[in-house]
Amino acid sequence: MVLPSSTEEAAEALRSAAERNLTVLPRGAGTGWGNPSGQVVVDMRKMDEVIEHAAGDLVARVQAGATMGHVAEVLAAAGQRLALDVPPEVTVGGMIATGTAGPLRFRYGSPRDLLLGITVVRPDGVVAHSGGKVVKNVAGYDLGKLFAGSRGTLGLITEATFRLHPLPQAVAYLQFDVADAAAAASVVVTAANSPLQPAAVELDGDSTVGVLLEGSAAGVAERAKHMTELLGMADVSATPPPWWGRLPEPPGTVIRVSFWLSKLSDVLDAIARSGADCTVRGSAGAGLLHVCLDDAEAGVLVGALRTVVADRGSVAVLTEPAIPTDPLMRAVRDQFDPDHRMGGRA
Amino acid sequence: MRVEHLIPRLRAVCGKENVITDPLELRTYECDGLTSHRSIPALVVLPGTAAETAAIVKECAENGIPFVARGSGTGLSGGALPHEDGVLIVMSRMRKILEIDPVSRRAVIEPGVTNLSVSNAVQHLGLFYAPDPSSQVVCSVGGNVAENSGGAHCLKHGFTVHHVTGLQIVTPQGELTWLGDGTGTGAGSGDDYDLIGAFTGSEGTLGIVTKIIVKLTTTPQAVHTLLAAYATTAEGGKAVSDIIAAGILPAAIEMMDALSIHSAEAAVRCGYPEGAGAVLIVELDGPAAEVEAELATVRTICEKAGATEIRAADDPAQRARIWAGRKSAFAAVGRISPSFIVQDGVVPRTSLPAVLARIAELSKEAGIRVANVFHAGDGNLHPLVLYDDALPGEEAAAEVLSGAILDACLEQGGSITGEHGVGVDKARYMPKMFSADDLDTMQLLRCAFDPASLCNPGKIFPTPRLCGEVPGKHRPAPAGIEIF
Repeated sequence: MVLPSSTEEAAEALRSAAERNLTVLPRGAGTGWGNPSGQVVVDMRKMDEVIEHAAGDLVARVQAGATMGHVAEVLAAAGQRLALDVPPEVTVGGMIATGTAGPLRFRYGSPRDLLLGITVVRPDGVVAHSGGKVVKNVAGYDLGKLFAGSRGTLGLITEATFRLHPLPQAVAYLQFDVADAAAAASVVVTAANSPLQPAAVELDGDSTVGVLLEGSAAGVAERAKHMTELLGMADVSATPPPWWGRLPEPPGTVIRVSFWLSKLSDVLDAIARSGADCTVRGSAGAGLLHVCLDDAEAGVLVGALRTVVADRGSVAVLTEPAIPTDPLMRAVRDQFDPDHRMGGRA
Repeated sequence: MRVEHLIPRLRAVCGKENVITDPLELRTYECDGLTSHRSIPALVVLPGTAAETAAIVKECAENGIPFVARGSGTGLSGGALPHEDGVLIVMSRMRKILEIDPVSRRAVIEPGVTNLSVSNAVQHLGLFYAPDPSSQVVCSVGGNVAENSGGAHCLKHGFTVHHVTGLQIVTPQGELTWLGDGTGTGAGSGDDYDLIGAFTGSEGTLGIVTKIIVKLTTTPQAVHTLLAAYATTAEGGKAVSDIIAAGILPAAIEMMDALSIHSAEAAVRCGYPEGAGAVLIVELDGPAAEVEAELATVRTICEKAGATEIRAADDPAQRARIWAGRKSAFAAVGRISPSFIVQDGVVPRTSLPAVLARIAELSKEAGIRVANVFHAGDGNLHPLVLYDDALPGEEAAAEVLSGAILDACLEQGGSITGEHGVGVDKARYMPKMFSADDLDTMQLLRCAFDPASLCNPGKIFPTPRLCGEVPGKHRPAPAGIEIF
């Protein structure tokens, strides 16, 4: 176990692991799944600072081991935020490496969409940067996007620079209880495509749809009124419902299904038809759901969902991450980590 | 093998009329929007389908012949500059919109489709395609993907990379493959790298796009455009900072200085306030319930910053009048100068006043005029360096000044290009922005896609990396390691 306190120390650790041909596992808060392992575990929790918060530029540079809760606290002092609503204990590096995002992904996307620059240590110990600290920049390849979601298999993320947004003055969570899956799909589609501009459109089970509106106090109140005129009665609150942003977790198998919105009702149908006892939740408006069910029933549902989404989405088992099989992805991994030592993957 | 030997095979693939060999016709393609770099391609091919594109690339790859893809040829960094011993693959025949799904807000299009025609095709559905480079009437979406094009409205709506959810590409080996699952939910499924993110903005060096799934955006309920005139860019800059500090994120914030206002007036009679030292354009869009209040706040901020005149527009015709001067700005300087260089540097927004002052200083020292047009909201400057190519030494002096401006941007922690790309034009500046290790690491990606370095060679990187055999590269995956 290594606990670097700087990019240089992390680079030293990776160089030394490379010399000894040891496998390396970057580790953040340890909230991920799949029990990956490495002969050298690089624990990033000592690199936990917000290095720079340029409020006037809406930009912040942070160390990979900083928790999102800490980052939020620092930014809130200037009325700003990093618009990625993941659990507060998650580290910045862990969030980027797993491509994790919360309900706000509907409006703001995932970490790759807000990353402006990144510092990484390659498996051979070489430190590299891409991007920068300006919001608009097309100089060079965007390695930040490549590393986002790469689960530590290409190298170690040590620092990241993000684009920030102002904190909204007011928020309203609208909860719609609907009769069945077909009605739920219809409410999600209408909300997601509405010019009332929701920040998030979430689904809980097959009969609760949550819509988040953000803006000025008067604006949010008026939009909430229009939204209920459009979609029916809702429970309106300034605080999130208890299920908000809490994705289904093991025990069991967690399946991630992404889809074009026009497939939502077929996806919900397939889940219902499987007859499995499962928890369904996620950013339906963004075309994403997580399903947790008994290991024994997962295989059948994965097959059914793959048939339904066809070439308009994808299905992955989050509790059993696989290594990339696509030839281009293998080639990328072979270039960055020719000995396949990184990220706890064979 | 020499490229001439490919002619019969490429004719068999695309038809005789789509393989151009006539020297005069070839000259048409000698440059893109950056006319200072020219190179006549050995051969031009215009494929009609993805399969034809793949077949052309395969021929090139198997025979070691370099190839370059070109969209509409409007790029400003020489990204589509042909290779003199290579094949130029022109994508403009592939211009079909294949599918529009309004419920999913997605469209599947071919790469030669022009940017604005996507919005035009979905307007009746209450949708639009957000990235809007100034050349949107002619530039192709395939070219936009290669350059990760932005536009005036990317401050709020993002760049091309935020609006592309699936790409069918031809790899530099000539294989057709899809990147991404088409949904735009990003990588993170655990068995996927974000190759769309890596490919978008790679300036045609990682492959050729043959189909694009784009995200469409719901047309905002309200759009307000406000024009404010100031005596100086510093006052205008104060208004910009105060708008951002008020927690407002406009769709666009643009500024023009006195010289660019003057030339725009000469070119399109845009009627901007006479004698203004700076004009600020702020556009707000979104739900009516939010935009009206924001407009009032922005107006107050603009007044407090010392605006000498404010105009507001909420109908499309009036808004177009306000935008006319800004949109014509690049072409307009042609009215006041025989030649000019467009720069594309970026600085943190709060450094704008400092860098504008530095540009004024540099301009004065060199005795060369610089007109400033910029995306003030995101710190992206487009200094137009004006010179007369008939005067000996002026072009060289303008180039020197132009480089000094980029140095000034880098000193502020900025970038050498915000949206035009590196291409051939700025490759030499890359080592000023990135270390040798940074550039070497970026080129690992190049080596993964194009180890033979045949796909748009000589762009972005000042020195290519040799993609030698990497240990383990062709190691077969042992059975049973797919899942751990």
